Formats: sequence, C-alpha cells, structure tokens
Amino acid sequence: MKRIKIETPLTDETIEKLKAGDIVLINGYVYTARDAAHKKLIEMINNGELLPFDLKGQIIYYVGPTPAPPGKVIGSAGPTTSSRMDSYTPLLLSLGVKGMIGKGGRSSEVIEAIKKYKAVYFLATGGAGALLSRHIISAEEIAFSELGPESIKKLLLKDFPAIVAIDSQGGNIFS
Amino acid sequence: MRKIKREDIINTVKNLYMEAAVSLPNDVCEALLKAYEREEGISKEILSQIIENQKIAWEDKIPLCQDTGLAVIFVEWGVEVLYEEGDPIEAFNEGVRLAVKEGYLRASVVDDPIFERKNTKDNTPCIVHFELVKGNKVKIILAPKGAGSENMSALRMLKPAQGLKGVKDFVIETVKNAGGNPCPPIIVGVGVGGNFEKSAILAKKAVLRKVGQPNKNPAYAKLERELLDEINRLNIGPMGIGGNTTALAVHIEYAPCHIASLPVAVNIQCHSARHKEAEI
Repeated sequence: MKRIKIETPLTDETIEKLKAGDIVLINGYVYTARDAAHKKLIEMINNGELLPFDLKGQIIYYVGPTPAPPGKVIGSAGPTTSSRMDSYTPLLLSLGVKGMIGKGGRSSEVIEAIKKYKAVYFLATGGAGALLSRHIISAEEIAFSELGPESIKKLLLKDFPAIVAIDSQGGNIFS
Repeated sequence: MRKIKREDIINTVKNLYMEAAVSLPNDVCEALLKAYEREEGISKEILSQIIENQKIAWEDKIPLCQDTGLAVIFVEWGVEVLYEEGDPIEAFNEGVRLAVKEGYLRASVVDDPIFERKNTKDNTPCIVHFELVKGNKVKIILAPKGAGSENMSALRMLKPAQGLKGVKDFVIETVKNAGGNPCPPIIVGVGVGGNFEKSAILAKKAVLRKVGQPNKNPAYAKLERELLDEINRLNIGPMGIGGNTTALAVHIEYAPCHIASLPVAVNIQCHSARHKEAEI
C-alpha cells in the first residue's frame, strides 16, 4: 500500500492533501500528553501561564510509554484511547495544535474543531507499542515529571506508521 | 501440610509478569494469524503490525503494549498448603513490584480513584482473587489487564423475563459501544448468572479460556458461536476501521443465580490477551 511521508511541524499545505484512509509515515518531533498532562495544560492556559512547548503546528501523541530499558531511547510506546482527551482537544486545536495520534473515534465536537482549525487525527495501531518504539529515535522529558508515565515528552519520530483517521474536511475512517 | 515460602511466591509472580508482558499465548497468536488471512486493505495492514509487534516484543524484550496493565492474579490455593510468613498478598505485591522494576513495565496505578490520583510508581497494589481448592499446590494465573479494553466492559442486572434475547442484546450493545476503543480484534468474556460480583469474575475468567475453546454445555457453546457471528458482522474491524474480524472469540461462563435475577457481565479483552500461569 502507498505510504505518504510527512514532516512535523505540520503545514496547512501538508494537511490539505491528507485524506482519511491514507497511510502516512510521520517524521520529526511530536509531544506526548495523556489525560493528566492535558488537564495540567488546560489549567496553565486558563491561568495565562507559559506552556512547556509551543503548540503551533505540533502533533500531540496520546501515549504513556513504558520506561526505557538500558540501551534503548524508550520502552513500548503505542497509542492510548483518544476519546478520553475529547473534552480538552477543541481548545488545544484553537491554539494551534495541528495533529493528534491516538486510537479509537472522536466526539462530534472534536471532528468539528478538526475541520474548523484545519487539523488532522491519526490512528496508530493500539497494542503495537514494541513495533512503534522502533520508530522513535529520541525521547526527552520536558514537563510534569511528577506524572511518571504521563509526563510530557518530546519524541523524535522516524517513519512512524499511522493512518489518517479524520481529515481536515471531516472525512472519517470510523464512519 | 506443605509449606511454601514468600520467596517462591515473589519469584513466581515476578517471572510470570515479566514473561506475560513480552509474549502472547500461542492460541492468541494463531487466532490473529487466521484473522490476518481473512482481512484486506488497511485492516490487513493493522493485523500485520500486530503480528510483527509480537516478534519485536519477544526479540527486544520490550512490552507488547505500553499499558502493561493492572496485574490481575487468580490464585488457586490448595488447602494443604501452609504459609507462615505473614500476609500472602504482600508477597504477590512484592513480585509485581520487582517485575515492574526489572522488566521496565509501566507504573499505571493511582492510589486514590477520585481525589489525589497519585501514581504509586511501582504498579501496586495488584488485584488478587483467591480460591481454595483441594491439594497441596498453589496455582497462579497472572493476567496483565490494560485499561483501554477494561474501560469498555460493562455489567447489567437483567430481569429474568429478558432471557436469552436480553443477554444477547446486552453483549452486542456493549461491543458496539466499545467500537475501536478496546483495540479490536477483541476477546469477549461473558459471565452470566451468580450475582453482581460473581458475574464479573466469571466474565474475567471467560477471557482467560483458550481462544475459541467452546463451553462444555452445548447450549452455551451455540450461544458463543451465534454471538461471535453477530459481532463479526458489526463491521467494527481491527482498531475500529471496519472489517470482518471484530472479535477472535466469545467465551461464556455461567453459574446458578437467584430466582429474581439475571446478571450479565461483559469483560472486553484487547488483542494483547496476555496471561501466564505457573504452579508452586
């Protein structure tokens, strides 16, 4: 099957070309965040604080990896269920986040926000954390270390396989 | 009486957990290979990643899934076994703690469900279900259970008048609501009868049965087949993107229940159906 290589940060031009069902290989930096990190980010936004990373054009990967064993940059690192982040997502998209990697469907509010802010939602294979870890070539914890596996990490991806699940026109692989 | 040592429990639990995190039982692997053969397009691509993932996990000794679960442990404790070193649960937790440390597993437990939600940092406490059995052995079955599929599980107290149709509808409704969230292809464990908590335990035990092995009672075996067919016609498919394989198997366990009750529990298990057992 055809694979489309894409680079982060995502540009509108890249996003416009992506259609639900496309297989992509993601290259470049992405940021991890799950439930607890989202909650903290939203609190910081509401308090007008400076965020740990610039949201503009970035991809958030919903993952809480296992610890890196000796000699590896990261442990198992597959996606978690995206719908748990649904209530936080529209605000993050309004502030410039352009992509998300996770698993499972999204709420109608998130789909609307994806269209409105020209973003994209990628599906990675859940339970394939060992395979996906081979496509992460560096990992650095940048915020919320107290959250353990839920801290925010900056990951460098190389040909990370994913599927365009919801595209910027609202095309949806789940419907 | 036969004595068993704290150290034996600790080492057994540790080894089971570390092995379960990086390797799938053969029956699960075979079922996934069969699913791969019958899928097409992106669904096939996803299954090929799932199959490749098993090889990589085993080669690199990296957990199959980053959600190395809550450690759920079923213990069949022989009545002729003597334990003289305090609370046996403490030994089970120590085994989990060591596995998490030495196997680089994820700490996924928070101490308080509502208020603090502070990570305990060592994935304890584990969940232990004890059962007394005859004999002088201790059998330990350890099943790491991820939250993605556990969160999609459900329990309902039906009215006896709802009968077979009520049970079927509830199972199908639960799988439908779960969609792609629990990482299909899934194994559907159904516990019918008993009472509120008994049905949930039965559902969890049903998940641990060898994939596709039918219930010994022909009526329940037939129901398992019918539910599996119906679930695989829902077109949820691998990771929820459509396809013929939403479930690898439906396993039902049942027990006698109250004249006024019909409890049904559905425990959903993701394709990373990890479990290992050993005897001390």
